[in-house]
Amino acid sequence: MTPHGRRPRTGAATASPAGPKAASGAAPRPASAAPPRAGTHVSRRGPLPGGAGETYDVVVVGAGVVGCAIARALARYPLRVALVEAADDVGEGSSKANTAILHTGFDASPGTLEAGLVRAGHRLLTGYAAEAGIPVEPVGALLVAWDETQRAALPGLAAKAARNGHHATRIIDAAELRRREPHLGPGALGALAVPGESLVCPWSTTLAYATQAVRSGVRLLLGCRVTGIAPRPGAPHRLTTTRGPLTARFLVNACGLHADRFDALLGVRDFAVTPRRGQLLVYDKPARSLVRHILLPVPGPLGKGVLVAPTVYGNVLLGPTAEDLDDRAATGTTADGLAGLRERGARIVPALLDEEVTAAYAGLRAATGREDYRCAARPDRRYVTVGGIRSTGLSASLALAEHVLGLLAECGLRTGPERPLAPVRMPNLGEAFPRPYRDAAAIARDPAFGTVVCPCEHVTLGEVRAALASDLPPAGLGGLRRRTRAGAGRCQGGHCRPALRALSEEYGKGAGTR
Amino acid sequence: MNPRPEQDRAARSVDVLVIGAGPAGLAAAARLAAAGAGRVEVLEREPEAGGAPLFCARPGFGADPRGRALDGPGYARRAVRAAVRAGAVVRTGVTVTGWAGPLTLETTAPTGLAAVGARAVVLATGARERSRPARLLPGSRAPGVLTTGELQRTVTLFGARPEHIGRRAVVAGGDPVAGHAVRLLRRAGVAVAAVVCEGPRAAAGPAGLPADVPVLAGAVVTELAGRGRLDGVTVRDRDGRTRTVRCDTLVLAGDWIPEHELVRAGGLPLAPGGRGPLVDAALRTGVPGVFAAGGLLRGGEPAARAAAEGRAVADAVLARLDGRDPGPARGLPVVAGGAVHRVHPGLLGPEPAPLVLWAARPLVRPVLSVGQDGRILRRARLGTGLVPWRPLRLGPGWTQDPDPGGGPVVVRAEDGGDGTG
Ligand SMILES: Cc1cc2nc3c(=O)[nH]c(=O)nc-3n(C[C@H](O)[C@H](O)[C@H](O)COP(=O)(O)OP(=O)(O)OC[C@H]3O[C@@H](n4cnc5c(N)ncnc54)[C@H](O)[C@@H]3O)c2cc1C
Ligand SMILES: Cc1cc2nc3c(=O)[nH]c(=O)nc-3n(C[C@H](O)[C@H](O)[C@H](O)COP(=O)(O)OP(=O)(O)OC[C@H]3O[C@@H](n4cnc5c(N)ncnc54)[C@H](O)[C@@H]3O)c2cc1C
Repeated sequence: MTPHGRRPRTGAATASPAGPKAASGAAPRPASAAPPRAGTHVSRRGPLPGGAGETYDVVVVGAGVVGCAIARALARYPLRVALVEAADDVGEGSSKANTAILHTGFDASPGTLEAGLVRAGHRLLTGYAAEAGIPVEPVGALLVAWDETQRAALPGLAAKAARNGHHATRIIDAAELRRREPHLGPGALGALAVPGESLVCPWSTTLAYATQAVRSGVRLLLGCRVTGIAPRPGAPHRLTTTRGPLTARFLVNACGLHADRFDALLGVRDFAVTPRRGQLLVYDKPARSLVRHILLPVPGPLGKGVLVAPTVYGNVLLGPTAEDLDDRAATGTTADGLAGLRERGARIVPALLDEEVTAAYAGLRAATGREDYRCAARPDRRYVTVGGIRSTGLSASLALAEHVLGLLAECGLRTGPERPLAPVRMPNLGEAFPRPYRDAAAIARDPAFGTVVCPCEHVTLGEVRAALASDLPPAGLGGLRRRTRAGAGRCQGGHCRPALRALSEEYGKGAGTR
Repeated sequence: MNPRPEQDRAARSVDVLVIGAGPAGLAAAARLAAAGAGRVEVLEREPEAGGAPLFCARPGFGADPRGRALDGPGYARRAVRAAVRAGAVVRTGVTVTGWAGPLTLETTAPTGLAAVGARAVVLATGARERSRPARLLPGSRAPGVLTTGELQRTVTLFGARPEHIGRRAVVAGGDPVAGHAVRLLRRAGVAVAAVVCEGPRAAAGPAGLPADVPVLAGAVVTELAGRGRLDGVTVRDRDGRTRTVRCDTLVLAGDWIPEHELVRAGGLPLAPGGRGPLVDAALRTGVPGVFAAGGLLRGGEPAARAAAEGRAVADAVLARLDGRDPGPARGLPVVAGGAVHRVHPGLLGPEPAPLVLWAARPLVRPVLSVGQDGRILRRARLGTGLVPWRPLRLGPGWTQDPDPGGGPVVVRAEDGGDGTG
């Protein structure tokens, strides 16, 4: 990867302060405050850059897919923006462990904020993915009815989809269903076909937003947990963090599972988050030929239910469970959870169970007791909460970011003139698009793209080096896996982890043992 | 996205293409080259040829002709030398990534992409140990869990030091490699808290376990705990009681699965009960011209066994090359019954052939039978017990006279009770 990325900016744009339109909080910024090189914009440890109490126009707390999208949206304006994250990498929360589907919003509750944002987000992310090199496969979904009650529910679901603006759904009979999904288990009575439901790479999505934000001047402060906010009526927020103090004129809470706790730092108590765990099994690549669509269950009283879906990496997912817990860090799997999934999977696609399991993981949804997001602007505090982004945040992320810009404007933020963002092109992790190990031109340019270091996922030395030298390098082997897929395959790094560790250490950025 | 890169694949052809330069592939190549099979090429993805033994820097690989004990790397170097001396070409750093035709394979290397055609292909890609998720081990996903293979690679790259492994380890599995894992951990200064093995202690391989290592026999690891780093495992013993063993490292030993990516990608018929290719006694697969040998068929066996199979497969390849026997695998299907989990070979030809079988669970005094269409061909009580990780070999006497026009040959084991027979 080349360090091509700073924003092309005209002198005029940089020099023209946000001044006249700036609200009390967002003071004009001198031209000399132009952001330095992208690389220096990611800081992982030690005292915060800029000295104690550095002042930002906007501080976004939480670098999940939502916070990164918000930071990217803000990067279009001449503002000083910090994206503050407790973990040592972006996307370490719910954003790394989901079912990786770009939803159309066909099944949302019509009229909710979520319904509108998922629908808009689907359109925005589909376009953005093509531009940024994020793999998306529009395979479509089939909502399979396994009994008469479920079959009877299909017309209602089609009508609901239409109310959500999705008019292309269609009910198909058992024969057509079997033609389209020959490996489906016996007993399927029909389905609602939902075109547009797509597979997406959640890792490159979050990374693309963050990389683009950083290249466009946003400061990404990792390993930096916000622990307190001093009450200072009328004045900018003084944040206490594990890496020192920060000052924010405007503040955005994108803390995911911890959004209620962050609210509480400001004395706001609107909702409580209940972590709802979703365990998932990932099947090895030979299973990919068994499944053509996203196979959804008909939603019942127990939520969305267990699905079987391909991934852009060429695997098949089975999951998620839905378990309400108290522990916001309970991302382990359980024997019962995995057994239950296998039981469901055996009904949906029996042959799946004969394949090897590549990975098992769990993610936590931020449920708040309401079937909608919990987004709110508090102009008196120049504070925006983006909470309750439960099970669709990846799909809605770009639309959510635009929505948050509106909420910040309600709070009095004047952004100044819009400028183009620095371009971003992510290394392709999807099987439907050419990967470096099959790209003769890439290998001719750099033979390291012809050396496969992770045989299960065909990840080359060139890709690993590029990730380690990127504007937003990984903090450990988990981060390297999300950037390259190295170690994410059927042997789970048993083969390549020692070599990857050595490479990470060579680049001096690896945490070594993760 | 990018233009289709496939046009840039260089095409070439050889007589025999061997995939994998481990003991099996190298032995096959050596014999084939010596027998005048023409251009014999071995492709190996690692930077060095030799296969799994390269990472076993300890004795356990027999001896050289002068009786000096060989370690893994020594054994590997000899195997490479023998193949090269015989005239085979061994290319390293070349990864075979798929099929471009029935007998043509796609490769990726620093020198570029190629499509290599051959008159015969030998798959010798070896086996690996199952990972934590593949074993459906629930609980924490914290780091600190590795297979014996990864442990060996870590030590090869970083040296035997606890900071690259951990402080206190549990080893799970009764496979012979468990003993190697224990010794390697101790050499690295890692304390071994326990070896957890499903069977009795005595089952743990010819090299056995060091006498002073705590063994939890008849037990299994059922769950992992720890945040940020593994800090313990739950162990369940035979009568269902559980306990927690504190450790920051778990070594998963054994539980072999074939490195079968190419087998699956090529749509080769699979051996029932296993994940390797279906072969007959001559090691032909279901696709004419494609052969298989070594760990790919049976993980977890000694290198010498894999090498012997490499030599055996060479005979079948020669028979194809000179037109004596070009066909795919054929014969009566051999299937597992009762407590037998898997049988090799999966097809039985007209000649009696030895069988190898694996048990699904430990059996103390098993009664073994070979039958066809309800008729018992042979039945006997075994003198020894069966354990899942140690295959049992049966001489060709067990497979005499099945009806060539009849149904599948069923190899079955039942528990015969304790010493009553
Ligand atoms: C099992 C499962 C399946 C899902 N499937 C899909 C799907 O198919 N499609 C889809 O669109 N969505 C799906 N989702 C939902 C999606 O994953 C989430 O909505 C999305 O990831 C939420 O992103 P976020 O940025 O709000 O939260 P997170 O990713 O959790 O990010 C919040 C971040 O805030 C940080 N943070 C918290 N407190 C502080 C603090 N005080 N200081 C600093 N940092 C802090 C955390 O460390 C964390 O990194 C699924 C979710 C789950 C769990
Ligand atoms: C941890 C461990 C300890 C062991 N200890 C002993 C011992 O003490 N004594 C003993 O006798 N045996 C031991 N063995 C067993 C012995 O190593 C194996 O029986 C033997 O290596 C099997 O030989 P093979 O050629 O079938 O496979 P391997 O040795 O595994 O060789 C297969 C080769 O194929 C290559 N390959 C795979 N796929 C591709 C591809 N797509 N493209 C290119 N190349 C590819 C691999 O890189 C590998 O080099 C041990 C094995 C392990 C893993």
